[in-house]
Amino acid sequence: MEPISLQARGRSRRRLRVNRLAEAASVAAAVIAVGFLAILVGSVLVRALHALNWDFFTKGPAVFGQTGGGIAPALVGTFLLVLFATLFALPIGVLVALYVSEFASPRVAGQIKLWLDVLNGFPSIVIGIFVFALAVKTKMPLLGVGHHQSILAGSFALSIIMLPLVSRTTMEVLALVPNSLREASYALGVSKWRTVMSVILPTAIGGIVTGTTLAVARAAGETAPLLFTCAIAGQLVSWNPSLSSASIPVTIFQYSESPDKNLNAQAWAAAFVLIAFVLVTSLVARIFLERSRRKLGQAG
Amino acid sequence: MEAAAAPASKNVLRRTRHLADRIGDDALKIVTGAAAVIALVVIAAIIWKVIEGAWPAVRHFGLSFVWHGVWNPVFGHEAYGARNFIIGTLVTSFGAMLLAGPLAVAIGLFLTELAPASLRPPVASLVEMLAAVPSVVVGLWGILVLGPFMRSDIEPFLHRYFGWIPFFSGSPSQSGVLVAIVVLTMMALPIISSVCRELFQSVPRDLKEAAVGLGATRWEMVRDVVLYNVRGGVVAAVILGLGRALGEAIAVTQVIGNSLGPFHLSLFGSGNTLASQIAANYQGAGTNLQVASLVYLALILLVITFIANVIAQLIVRRFEFQRTGGS
Repeated sequence: MEPISLQARGRSRRRLRVNRLAEAASVAAAVIAVGFLAILVGSVLVRALHALNWDFFTKGPAVFGQTGGGIAPALVGTFLLVLFATLFALPIGVLVALYVSEFASPRVAGQIKLWLDVLNGFPSIVIGIFVFALAVKTKMPLLGVGHHQSILAGSFALSIIMLPLVSRTTMEVLALVPNSLREASYALGVSKWRTVMSVILPTAIGGIVTGTTLAVARAAGETAPLLFTCAIAGQLVSWNPSLSSASIPVTIFQYSESPDKNLNAQAWAAAFVLIAFVLVTSLVARIFLERSRRKLGQAG
Repeated sequence: MEAAAAPASKNVLRRTRHLADRIGDDALKIVTGAAAVIALVVIAAIIWKVIEGAWPAVRHFGLSFVWHGVWNPVFGHEAYGARNFIIGTLVTSFGAMLLAGPLAVAIGLFLTELAPASLRPPVASLVEMLAAVPSVVVGLWGILVLGPFMRSDIEPFLHRYFGWIPFFSGSPSQSGVLVAIVVLTMMALPIISSVCRELFQSVPRDLKEAAVGLGATRWEMVRDVVLYNVRGGVVAAVILGLGRALGEAIAVTQVIGNSLGPFHLSLFGSGNTLASQIAANYQGAGTNLQVASLVYLALILLVITFIANVIAQLIVRRFEFQRTGGS
């Protein structure tokens, strides 16, 4: 008679092997994803370092054929684009979220959420075409800018990208504001709008700020909506929002397709600036969002 | 706030309230409601403007635009058709999903079932960081790093061992469909995996413990309990990733080579997609008919992504409903 063994045999052994294989595949997948990020960030870092210097941040693009130069106009352009886009998207986004969480019936709320998600899924290039048709080809109603590319047109396109992001995160945070707070306020005879202003919004402000920060990080890197609305650029820094300006993503896009090695190096350096901004802001925002979510979760 | 319907006591209360409070509630409702209407109007306006812009081409070519394969912008011989771009969009997006779908599911499982608790949050945020990398940066990396690497290493390897498959025939090149597929995989991966992670987390612990208690290995538990329970949601997650891949213009334009010819069976060759064709040509477009044809491409793209997103959202929604309603 054979001695008793704890070694799995036959069918059990095969099951254990399959299990080990599946586990290995799962670990490998995670390694691949993290590896993608590491290779991406690493490539940008390595190639950007020697193009990064003081001139890069303070000067305009070099005259054709010369080396050196910088992206100062693009830095200002992206700053203005994102600033105006936030000014458009933040109030509307928060108000829509307030309507959905405080006033709308569940059916209407569900529809608005669905359509905001659909808007979030619109290809950004289509939004670029929309703003081109609305504000570049013709004059934009109300604002009176138009007939040419401008920072305002570009930021309008970016604000459409930001709107669903701001609105959906705000809704999520407002839904976490405990009902006991609302009821406590109403029980004291406080009217609804005062409750919203002095109880609900202050409780949710952390989430709104982080949601907006995430949207800003996304908007700062968007290229497609700017291609037709704010891509014609001069060599100088311009603070006039009714004129077109360079921006960091469009600059990277144009330089990346250039055969000129100097411009390629500038593209890498600009990519480094963009990626550093985007990753740091979205990382910080994510940490804060997690924290305010947990805090609200405990309060409820 | 219909005064007639409210009980008398409420009427008294209402009259004694401050004027600001009486106006404030209605004003807030009107202002927030107006914002909601503005958001919906913007969505409607986008759809309307795209249809309007495409209209001359729709009238000129009709529906046959969809299956005509010629794109000839030479004045006097103008002829436009979307077939090559539609095929290119579908091939690159579905190719990316074939790679990203299984990878994302495996990452989701790693993050919910396998990784030690201390490793889960950092790995999850690293994967999500990948989604935050702007597409133009991915495209830059695609042209200058990934493309040359694919030409010198990956594509010759595929060609040597799998050259008998038509997809891997042809000569390696540094910009082409396969490079676009890899780039799209990287961009869709974090979207799919974060939805998958949430889905897997929603599977009740009791079910998993019951399976393990009956002697199932971890993989059998995952296959028969976790994946079985959320299979519809996984499909929705992949469709959400697909939506992102279908509409990606910038990174794809940078790496795909933007050819106007018919789509080759070989994935090494250059191609084109709806979004990349628009991005590459809109500014240089000369005639009105060409502009309208490009907007027609945008309309087709909008319809495809719209369908994909609505299907995905409806499935995901049903899941949330089941999740909260069932427990």
